[in-house]
Formats: sequence, structure tokens, C-alpha cells
Amino acid sequence: MLNKVWFWLLLIGIVYGFGKASVNTFSGLSAKGSEESAAVEGAEKEASTSDRDHRNLQEMGRDINEAAFDAAEVSVEICIGLIGIMALWLGLLNIARDAGLVDALARMLMPLMRWLFPDVPDGHPAQGAMLMNISANILGLENAATPFGLKAMQELQTLNNEKDTATNSMAMFLAINTSNVTIVPFGIIGYRVLSGSENPTAPVFGIILTTMVTTIVAVFAVRLLSKLPRYAISKSDKLQKSTSGEGE
Amino acid sequence: MDSLQLILDTLSQWTIHFVILLIILWAYYKKVPMYESFVTGAKEGFSVAITIIPYLVAILFVIKMFVASGAFEDIKLVMGWGMDQIGLGGYRESLDLLPLALTRPLTGSGARGVLLEVFDEHGPDSFLGNTASLMMGSTETTFYIITVYFGSIQVKKIRHTLPACLIADVVGIFTAIFLGYLLFG
Repeated sequence: MLNKVWFWLLLIGIVYGFGKASVNTFSGLSAKGSEESAAVEGAEKEASTSDRDHRNLQEMGRDINEAAFDAAEVSVEICIGLIGIMALWLGLLNIARDAGLVDALARMLMPLMRWLFPDVPDGHPAQGAMLMNISANILGLENAATPFGLKAMQELQTLNNEKDTATNSMAMFLAINTSNVTIVPFGIIGYRVLSGSENPTAPVFGIILTTMVTTIVAVFAVRLLSKLPRYAISKSDKLQKSTSGEGE
Repeated sequence: MDSLQLILDTLSQWTIHFVILLIILWAYYKKVPMYESFVTGAKEGFSVAITIIPYLVAILFVIKMFVASGAFEDIKLVMGWGMDQIGLGGYRESLDLLPLALTRPLTGSGARGVLLEVFDEHGPDSFLGNTASLMMGSTETTFYIITVYFGSIQVKKIRHTLPACLIADVVGIFTAIFLGYLLFG
């Protein structure tokens, strides 16, 4: 699936950008757009087309080019920036674990975790890391959530028999994660204040309601989809594994 | 209103400190060698962060190129025309949120830009501003998270993860629009 999405996004991005810029260039739209925007040509029509871009071939090519190299640079920046934050939170997590705090939290939410992640044994470190990640998400602490989440994935990987294939628990964890359970959406409130909102907390109730819906849908979507044959852990891998196991 | 904002802001600024305080106090009570414990845990940070780089380059590369091609804008125009044809022209206003709905699963910073643009153009307290907030608050940068999380453990076959997450995202977007009309329409 990710392979296909990757291919199509790239293909559409390049071909569409090229096609659109070609049309703009050869129909003279690019010149029109910039020259006649000031001219009197029916105010309404102008307004409706003003947000359409009239980039010509050169401009489009440059933009897409820039985007590609920008992506490469940004990725490394993000990861380098992540090293320190990861170290900080994994250090704190380790203290919390040594102090038995994580276990206490895990014990409290045991029934829920057992139901969501039946493959993860009680008291496994993955439970603690996942709980910390979900708690950080709920409180809107994005910086803290990622390190815990990555730690949780590593712990889940130790329970995985097919190291290059996702387990049901991983899929469930990711789905809960991306459904963005929130209680206080600090970020959104901040942006609203920034934009001079009269009532910056107005959507909070709606956001809580919506994230509840998405989380429930995500949990059930993972459960149901995992039963579909096309998403089963591929048979050839299993066969190979079992034969190699016999060989040993 | 201002005081509420102040309280929320203060809370958000101090949540992390209280979490840290709770951890070290508990650790003190349990007599954990904190410094050593911290360093042991922190060591793992480096390898995890570095492992992600190739996965992140791969995904940001395609996303940024796609966004740069300007395809989003045209999808919106086509869908607007389509909604007029099937007699849903009355809800056409919600189409202004389409760029946000489409960028949100792909890029966090991009979606933030789109959200601020909606605020700027329509005002944060308008129907569109409020609904955009709902949408932004209730979905995540699905592709980014999947890439980073699975990348960190080198899992390449992600099975049903992506469709499940996207189903939740789509449901989230429509719920946001529905609630938007209900609460702010």
C-alpha cells in the first residue's frame, strides 16, 4: 500500500505539475495572470481566478525541484533535532521505569491494554511505553509523545516474529496514535489566539467529541481489517520461516 | 476569556515540569540512582533518531513534490463543480476546507499553514474557522507518523495500518464538518 501511494504521489506530482505548467505556458495564462491582474476585466471573474496559480514551465520546474531538495534537508534537520529530545525523554522514561512508576500506570490500565493489545503480555515494557505515549498525546505534549512512541515500537518489535512485517499490536498502536486522542488541544487554541479569535476555546468540545469518534473508528477499523485475507501476514514468509526452522 | 486563555497557557507551559517532578520524586522515594538511570535510557535516543532519516527523506520527498505541483487547488475546483451538479451546492462553503483535509494527513507544518490561512481569510470565529479547528484538532499527520514509527524499527510491510488510519482520518474529517454545521453553522 505504501509502495503504491509513494509511486502515485510522485507520478501525479511530476506529471501534473508539468502538464499544468505546460498549459499555463502555451495558452499564455502565465503571462495573462501577472499582466492583467491589474487591468479592468470584470472584478468578479478576477477574484475567482486570483487564487489559481499561473506558474509557467520554468517556475513550476524550479518549485518542484526546490521541494524535493528541501524535503531531503528538512528530514535530516528533523532527525538531528530529534536526537536530543529523544535522549531527554528516554532518560526520564528510564528513571520512571526504574522507579516502578510505569508499571503502576500499566497496572491501572491493564484491562484496557489487554483488550487493545492482546499480543502484548502483561508487564511487558511495550505496555509502559505505549501508555506514556498515549498519555503524552492526550495532554498534547507532542515533543514527549514521539520518543515514547518510538520506544514502544521497539518494544513491540521484540515480540514480532516477522521482523519486516507489522504486527496487529503495532497497527493498533499506530491507529490510536494517529487518531489523535486529545483533551486539551493547546496547539489549536494557540493558533486561534494568534489569529485574534474572540473565543479561542470554542472548538474544544467539538474536538474532544470528534477525536473520540475517530479513535473508536480507528480501533474497530484495525480489528476488522486485520481479519481480511489480503492483510494477513504473508504466507510465503511463514512457509520459508517454518522450512528454515525445520532445517535448523 | 483572557483569564481562561492565561490559565490554559500556564497549564500547557507547566504540564511537562509537573510530569518530571512526579517522576523524580517517585524515583527519590524508591531510591533509584537517577543520574545513571537517565544516561542509560538517553543513550538509545541517538540510534533511534538516526535510523529514521532514510524513511523520512522518502516520504517527505514525495509529499513535498506533490504539494508543489499545485494539484490540490485544482481538485478543489473540480469538486466544487461536481457538488453543484449533484445539487449539494449549498454545502459548497465546506469545500474551502478541502486543502486542509488533504494536507493534514501528509504534513503537519503544511496543514498549520493552511489552517492559519483559513483563519486569516475567514476569521477564526467564522463557521469555516471553527470547523477547520475541529478538523485540525481531530486528525493527525498520519503518513509522517507511520513513516517515522515503522521506520525506526525497519518494518516495511505495514499491512492494514495505512488503510485503517486513513479510514479514521476520513471519518474524522466528515465528523468535523458535520459537527461544524451543527455547532457553528
